Amino acid sequence: MLTILFDGIAYGMLLFILAVGLSVTMGLMNFINLAHGAFAMVGGYLTVILMQRHGVPFLLCLPLAFLGSALLGAVLERTLYRPMYSKPHLNQVLFSIGLTFMAVAVMDYFFTSSQQIVQLPEWLKGRTELGDGTAWELGMGHYRLFIVAVCVALTLALQTILSRTRFGSRLRASVDDQRVAAGLGINVNAVFLLTFAAGSGLAGLGGALGAEILILDPSFPLRYMVYFLIVVAVGGTSSITGPLLAALLLGIADVAGKYYIPRFGAFIVYFLMIVILIWRPQGLFVRKGGKA
Amino acid sequence: MKKRTFLSASALVLTAALGSTAVLAQDVFKVGLIVPMTGQQATTGKQIEAAVKLYIAQNGSMVAGKKIELIVKDDTSVPDVTKRLAQELVVQDKVDVLAGMGITPSAFATAPIATQSKTPLVVMAAATSSITLSSPFIVRTSMTLPQTSSPLADWAAKNGIKKVVTMVSDYGPGIDAEKFFTARLTAAGGTVVESMRAPMRNPDFAPFLQKVRDLKPDALFVFVPSGAGAAVMKQFQERGMDKAGIKLIGTGDLTDDDQLNGMGDVALGVVTSMQYSAYHPSAKNKAFVAAFKKANNFRPNFFAVGGYDGMHVIYEGLKATKGQGGEALVNAMKNLKWESPRGPVSIDPETRDIVQNIYLSKVERKDGELYNVEFDVIKDVKDPGKAAK
Repeated sequence: MLTILFDGIAYGMLLFILAVGLSVTMGLMNFINLAHGAFAMVGGYLTVILMQRHGVPFLLCLPLAFLGSALLGAVLERTLYRPMYSKPHLNQVLFSIGLTFMAVAVMDYFFTSSQQIVQLPEWLKGRTELGDGTAWELGMGHYRLFIVAVCVALTLALQTILSRTRFGSRLRASVDDQRVAAGLGINVNAVFLLTFAAGSGLAGLGGALGAEILILDPSFPLRYMVYFLIVVAVGGTSSITGPLLAALLLGIADVAGKYYIPRFGAFIVYFLMIVILIWRPQGLFVRKGGKA
Repeated sequence: MKKRTFLSASALVLTAALGSTAVLAQDVFKVGLIVPMTGQQATTGKQIEAAVKLYIAQNGSMVAGKKIELIVKDDTSVPDVTKRLAQELVVQDKVDVLAGMGITPSAFATAPIATQSKTPLVVMAAATSSITLSSPFIVRTSMTLPQTSSPLADWAAKNGIKKVVTMVSDYGPGIDAEKFFTARLTAAGGTVVESMRAPMRNPDFAPFLQKVRDLKPDALFVFVPSGAGAAVMKQFQERGMDKAGIKLIGTGDLTDDDQLNGMGDVALGVVTSMQYSAYHPSAKNKAFVAAFKKANNFRPNFFAVGGYDGMHVIYEGLKATKGQGGEALVNAMKNLKWESPRGPVSIDPETRDIVQNIYLSKVERKDGELYNVEFDVIKDVKDPGKAAK
C-alpha cells in the first residue's frame, strides 16, 4: 500500500523532470515542441556512453547530460527554432515531429536499435524496508529515493528562478509582450535562447535519470511523447507546481492502477486525463495574462 | 539501409547484370531474405543475416549444380512492408525461396504470397504457434512459444515450485506463452495465482513486481520480447524478490545471448528454457560460435541459429530435389533430420515445424562472461500448440 504510493510518487517525479522543460518552452514561450523527448534521449545516451565507455561516475554524468542537451538545445534554437516562432502552431508541430524522427534515425544509425543498459553505482542499488510486511509496509528503492530528492531540489530551484529573480521577470515580460519587453531594453532573443537551452537541459537530465527505469533505445522520444504532453496539458502552464501535481497524480494513478487492476492498468492514465480535461479544459492551473 | 547491405545488394545487382553471360538463368537459385535491419527488432535481422552469410561462406555457393544468390531486404518490422517486399521478390526478382520473417505479423502477411506463387517460405524467427498453419509452403526453423514455455512448467512442478505468478508482454507471443505455461503447470498440480499482462509501451514494471512480492509465490514466470529482459531483472533484484524467496523463471528471450553480457550480475541465477544457448557444449556449436564471432565480433543468439539452420534446410532440400524448387522443395524439406549447433533437430513432416531439444539453463559467469549454462534437457519437443488444436 505505502510502497505502491511511494513507487507512484517516484515515477511521477521522474515524469515531472522529463516534462518540466516542455512546460517551460511550450507554456512560457508558446512554442509547440514535440522534439522534447529527443533531447531527453540525448541526455540518456550521453550518460550511458560516459559511464560505460569512459568510466565517468554516475553523479558527474547528470550535470554533463544537462549541459550536453542544453548546448544542443541552444544550437538548434539559434539555427532552426527561432525562425519557427512566428509560424502557426501546425507548422511547429510538423517541424518538431520531423526533427524527432530524424533524431530516432540518427541514434539508430550510430548506436543500433538495441536497448542501452545503465549500470548504477552500488550505493544506489539498495533498498530500505520499514514496517512488518503488512499493508502498511513501506519499501523504498534507493534509486527512486534519489530521484525524489533530485526532483524536490529542482522544483525549488525553478520556482525561485521564475518568481524571484530578475531573469524570471524578464522571461515573463518577454513572453507576455515581446515588443514592449524589447522596448524596455530586454534582449528577448537572449532570454528565449537561455530558456530553451534550460528546457532542453532539463529534458536531458530526465533522460539520464530515467535510463535506468525506462527503456532507453532510439524509439524513446516517440514512446514517451504522450506522457510529456499529458503532464503539460493536465498541469497547465502557469507555474511549476501545476505540472508537478499533474505528474504526481499520473504517476500514482498509473502505478496504483497497474497494481490493483492489472488488466486495465494501462488505460487509467488516459481515463484520468479525459476526466480532468472535461472538468478543466485549460488544465488544472491556468496562467492569467500570457498569450492565448 | 546499412552501408554493408547496400554494398552487398548493389554487388548482387551487378553480378546479376554482368554474370548472366557466365551463369545461365536456370542455373541460378535465388533466396530472398526479408528481415528487420532497422527499427525495434534490428538485432534479429543482424543476427540472421550474419548467420546466413556464414553458412554460405562455409558451404560454398554451388548446390546441386545451381549458384545460390542471396538478396537481403529490410522490412523494418512493418508487416505491410514485408508483404510488399515479398511480392517484389517473387514477381520481379523471381526468387525461388523466401526466408526470414522477424515478427509474427510479418509471417502472416507473407503467407498468402508463398501459397499463391508456390514459393517455399522458411521462417527463421517469428514464434507464434499457428504460423505454419497459414500456408502449406511454410517451413520453420526457429521455435514456437508453446514449445519453449511448456517444458519450463514441467521442470518447475518437479522442483517444488507450486505457486506461480505469470507476467507477459501483452501481444500474441506473450499470450501464447501465458496460456501454455499455465495449462502445463496446472496439469502438473501447480497453480497460477495471478496472470499479469504488461503493456508493450510502458515498461515501468514496478507495480507488477510489487504485486508479485505481496502475493509471495514460489516463482515468477516472465515472457518479454528480447530487449526488455534487462529492465525486468534489474527491478526484480531492486525489489529484493530473491531475498523474499521468489525465483525468476522465463523463456530464453529474457536472457537473450545478444544482450546477456551487458545485463550484469542481476541476471545471475535466472532459470530459463530455450532451444539454444551460445554456451551449448557440443563440438558443432563451439565451431559455430568461434566462426560466427570471428566474422562479426558479437555472440550468436537463438535467432542466428534459426537463420543458420534455415539455410541448411534450403541447401539440403535442394540436394534432395536435384535443384528443383517449388512444391518439390517443401516436400524434401519436410523429412530432414540433422545436427544443428543447438543439438539434434528435425522438421515435423505433418506440421512443417521444427522438432528440437529444449534446454533448461541457469545464468552463470564462465570465462569472464555471462552465459546461459544448460543443466537439463527435454528431448525432441514437438510444438504443443498444434496438438492442442
